[in-house]
Amino acid sequence: MPLFDQLYNFAHWLTKNREEAEDLVQETYAKALKGFSTFRPGTNFRAWMYRILRNAFLTSRTGLKETEGLSTDSDDDGTALPIEPETPESIFMERSNTQALRTALEELPVHHREILLLCDMEEMSYQEISDTLSIPVGTVMSRLSRARKNLRASLGLQLQKG
Amino acid sequence: MTCKILMADLDAYVDGELPEGELRAFESHLKSCFSCTANAVSKLQRKRAVQTAGRRYTASYELRRRIQDNIAVKPQAAIRFGWAFQVAGLAVIAASILLYLGLRPQADAVYSEIADLHVAALAGSNPVDVVSSDRHTVKPWFQGKIPFTFDLPELQNSEFSLLGGRVTYLEQTPGAELIYQVRKHRISVFVFPEAPLHSRFRLNSALTRKMSFHLETWTQGGLRYFVVGDAGAADVDGLAELFKKAGA
Repeated sequence: MPLFDQLYNFAHWLTKNREEAEDLVQETYAKALKGFSTFRPGTNFRAWMYRILRNAFLTSRTGLKETEGLSTDSDDDGTALPIEPETPESIFMERSNTQALRTALEELPVHHREILLLCDMEEMSYQEISDTLSIPVGTVMSRLSRARKNLRASLGLQLQKG
Repeated sequence: MTCKILMADLDAYVDGELPEGELRAFESHLKSCFSCTANAVSKLQRKRAVQTAGRRYTASYELRRRIQDNIAVKPQAAIRFGWAFQVAGLAVIAASILLYLGLRPQADAVYSEIADLHVAALAGSNPVDVVSSDRHTVKPWFQGKIPFTFDLPELQNSEFSLLGGRVTYLEQTPGAELIYQVRKHRISVFVFPEAPLHSRFRLNSALTRKMSFHLETWTQGGLRYFVVGDAGAADVDGLAELFKKAGA
């Protein structure tokens, strides 16, 4: 099944729980089957499947809990943050510590975690991410910019703890 | 282009989203600015680190089987209730989605996954992790990353050129993907251990078409090779022959 492994990995990152991830993937394929008539041939099948999975997650108990009180207002203004120059020390530490990076990713708010994974791990284009998350491309860019800044901060904390 | 303007586009550059015109100006600036180049490299490395860290969770075989069974069982369950018209509808939808989800004969499903891996690699902003046309650079790069080794062919006097390679996965099995160019076409060569695929996939040296890609596969020395690309059948077959000779 194309996408099966990717969808499961993404589901596990969203739910942070194996059983919930399995339920989510199963629900995704069931919904895809049921709603296949809504898929328009020629449009992006991958984005369509990820959108089904994400929507199923957002309506799950964990999804509702993760997004409760979460504000994405600052992400939606379409402006990217100024980019800060890297320091050699931070680059070295990040590269050498995959576990710290994973923990930092886990601790990000779900809307930052998901956009980073879609962009960096799945290598989706901005348009594909826009289709998957149902947000404008400008918001994709600004949210990515903030997510990356947030990841650096979270990673900094991880490395200080370690 | 000033550093300030360039820095604002750095994320878009790293994500492969800069329009052609801007990309040329951007790369021209990078050639003359060490600071911006260092920042771009750092960003690319962090992106790659997230990619590596993100590939973390593997689904169980039982889950895959459960979902396949669920999708396949639905029409039969409906028959018991005599919902004939719903069965017909479900069958049509199921047939359509099975086409997409790859629940086809086993070898056919592997072909589809291989075609998907080829497309996914080329669609990414960094199709290869080791960028080199030298087989003596690319082959050693895989040491310690995959649990086997293989031989790359000598390309002198051929139309093919090696672009590089990357680690890939087929059904949780790590393997190598090598990308070659012939004229304007790109062809992927995948190498996996044969053992995990053996029971599902017995075809040898078959040249077939999958979603308009030409695909050839064979097994040699305990390894399963796939050559796939949108180039003509003769090119795919030609590259396959070079690999067969290299591995003989």
